[in-house]
Amino acid sequence: MQQLEALTREARELATGELLLTPYEAEVGRQLQICNACRYCEGFCAVFPAMTRRLEFGKADIHYLANLCHNCGACLHACQYAPPHEFAVNVPQAMAQVRGQTYADYAWPPALGALYKRNGLTLALALAAGLALFLVLAVMIKGTLFHEPLAGNFYAIFPHNLLVLMFTPIFLFAALALGLGVRRFWRDMSPGTASAAAVLEATSDALRLKYLDGANQIQPGELAEGCPNKDDAPTLWRQRFHHATFYGFMLCFAATSVATLYHYVFKWQAPYGITSVPVLLGTVGGIGLLLGPAGLFWLNVRRHPLHGDAAQKPMDRGFIGLLFFISLTGLALLVWRDTSAMALLLALHLGVVMALFATLPYGKFAHGVYRVAALLKWAIEKRLPSRLQLGND
Amino acid sequence: MLDVLVIGGGNAALCAALMAREAGASVLVLESAPREWRGGNSQHTRNLRCMHDAPQDVLTESYPEEEYWQDLLKVTGGETDERLARLAIRESSHCRDWMRQHGVRFQPSLSGTLHLSRTNAFFMGGGKALINAYYRSAERLGVKIRYESPVDRLELQGGRFVAAHCASQRIEARACVVASGGFESNRAWLREAWGQNEAGEWPADNFAIRGTRFNMGVLLRDLIAQGADTIGDPTQSHSVAIDARAPLYDGGICTRVDCVSLGVVVNKHAQRFYDEGEDFWPKRYAIWGRLVAHQPGQLAYSVIDAKAIGRFMPPVFPGEKADSLEQLARQLGLDEQAFVRTVQDYNAACRIGTFDHAVLDDCHTEGLTPAKTHWARPLDTAPFYGYALKPGITFTYLGMKVNDQAAVHFGGQASPNLFAAGEIMAGNVLGKGYTAGVGMTIGTAFGRLAGTQAARAALNIGAHHAAA
Repeated sequence: MQQLEALTREARELATGELLLTPYEAEVGRQLQICNACRYCEGFCAVFPAMTRRLEFGKADIHYLANLCHNCGACLHACQYAPPHEFAVNVPQAMAQVRGQTYADYAWPPALGALYKRNGLTLALALAAGLALFLVLAVMIKGTLFHEPLAGNFYAIFPHNLLVLMFTPIFLFAALALGLGVRRFWRDMSPGTASAAAVLEATSDALRLKYLDGANQIQPGELAEGCPNKDDAPTLWRQRFHHATFYGFMLCFAATSVATLYHYVFKWQAPYGITSVPVLLGTVGGIGLLLGPAGLFWLNVRRHPLHGDAAQKPMDRGFIGLLFFISLTGLALLVWRDTSAMALLLALHLGVVMALFATLPYGKFAHGVYRVAALLKWAIEKRLPSRLQLGND
Repeated sequence: MLDVLVIGGGNAALCAALMAREAGASVLVLESAPREWRGGNSQHTRNLRCMHDAPQDVLTESYPEEEYWQDLLKVTGGETDERLARLAIRESSHCRDWMRQHGVRFQPSLSGTLHLSRTNAFFMGGGKALINAYYRSAERLGVKIRYESPVDRLELQGGRFVAAHCASQRIEARACVVASGGFESNRAWLREAWGQNEAGEWPADNFAIRGTRFNMGVLLRDLIAQGADTIGDPTQSHSVAIDARAPLYDGGICTRVDCVSLGVVVNKHAQRFYDEGEDFWPKRYAIWGRLVAHQPGQLAYSVIDAKAIGRFMPPVFPGEKADSLEQLARQLGLDEQAFVRTVQDYNAACRIGTFDHAVLDDCHTEGLTPAKTHWARPLDTAPFYGYALKPGITFTYLGMKVNDQAAVHFGGQASPNLFAAGEIMAGNVLGKGYTAGVGMTIGTAFGRLAGTQAARAALNIGAHHAAA
């Protein structure tokens, strides 16, 4: 049925030469028409100030605003037109549904966009395949999963070059696929040219998760109070756990990068000592990447049922789960790397990492990339004068 | 026994409940609406008109007491009580810290409301966010809240509150605050108040209620029947012209149509009936509800051309759009010839000077009745747009007479333990007219006052009892 609708839409687009809205996009358009006549939520985030610069909402505007929305939920609880009102305004949910659609629509190669549709299954299969791959490899290479302690020498199990050979193409492909997807998204938004100030602002907004503060401008004497989760009470915990996750992930990534430098530039062979830079970075990052996803999961299961798109929960939780298990297996590996369980732990860790990288362009990770693009578009747009002269009289 | 019973669940009720609780009283709030519709008309508000002598967080320049008072005097045409008005005005200058303590946040004036940035502090997320914050704070402080609990009548003894009857329950309390709003949701009462017009129509049948459906005026009627002193014209209400497709209740702010001053407005016979450009729209929108209510069928049509697009707040419903005046008339269901003639006459009468929507410009009509005195430009650029309008009631003026303790009066005597706050007594300060954010000022000031007084009355009685 959905396919039929999509085909009909394409046929009509060909006939009329204009891009027609999907049902999800049309719903965002309908709601924004109401929001634009009300504007009470203008101070929460960037979506509403961006909205007020428009009178009509075309496909590109809707994609942009949907990805600018951080699904914080503040506007839903503040909304005088939220269900059970007959206007049934639920901006976070309508935006989430379009976001899910944009990830799939902009995926490269296009055929793989379908992986978003049943993302829980996609992630589960990727995880199973990743684990199986490394477990089987370990057995093939060593003949057994349990071995005499190897003093933490991972490369005694999987030779360094083999790992490079396996991970580099997957990583490069993920970067390429995400890059091509977001490039098309960027062009469709016709964003204009980014000044250094705009780039700086967008970067800062993303790194600080500014739009989970609960206000786009904190008033003097006030503190950020965050955004709602299970009810209308604001909390900063989503922002904090997201920071732990993101910065934990980046520290782990930094650990790997430093280790790579050690290996190639300084010819220092792993394993590195407990107080070495890669291990320290990995440990701190790993703890962040354990607490962050655990907290996000905890918040996710308690989240108000009207927030976001329920159909995307498997994708959200699957991604959170992968990050958590990467960290868990990584830390376990560190603790027990001198025991006979190292091969097993290493295989588990690499299996989860492989599953994450393989699914990066087709899972929740994409939200970060599209969100940053939308933030940059906003940072460019807000510096331009508005075309409208709505009566300020 | 319960110390303070608060009847109502909007801004004034919650302010009273919070203040009474902070003063140490046990407090029960009876809200007639279910939880998801709680908050009365406060859920549709957006700001508080604030006196201030210097720029503050979200407020620019200054808005001294005297200027505020003069504004109030002007909009009410003198139908106000200076003592109570000044009390509310002064309260507005220092209540915001208390509001913040209870979780209310403020934001700069919204786009398109620059004219309010000096006088009005906007609530972050609007009135519903404010209401949510107050309910959270009340629950945290141990205020008991019951939803879906409309009070049928009060039990009084010589002007003293004894108990409230809520369904089959009798709830006693040492003191009571009535903050249950006006009667604008009561269609039968509105019908009665507005009466029948010469054409035999009952105009009120065609009104939409911009706010809550729960302001049935039950206690207002009960208190009047029990001899409480009233204030405010019982037949009057604040009304604006809103989109005729607006829902019957809770259409709130977004159903307004802000393009009146940019075009012409005709009735269902396609005739103009008032100067659309008399003054700036924020100063005139509130008279258009009444103007439309006096037109046949309580209907009117605001018509603009392409030149107006992008110059007014976007309306919630798309207008009828047509490439010719004839076609627009057909789409609006107006007599084609009559409509085209009206527009042609208007177009011919336009004397275009320098169009500027930000000032009272010199574009006007000559030899046309009624004239359009500003922003008169011919409707000559397709596409043309038309919006059907009907009257939307914001609130009613009839209420309880109170003093500077917010006490309800019976035969000129102040009740020792019955207080009123919010829309049910706003007529003391605002006997007529309106200016943005003043309803919330009155609700906050008298809500806080009523809560304090009710707690005082309750706890004194308590001490007296304990001593006896």
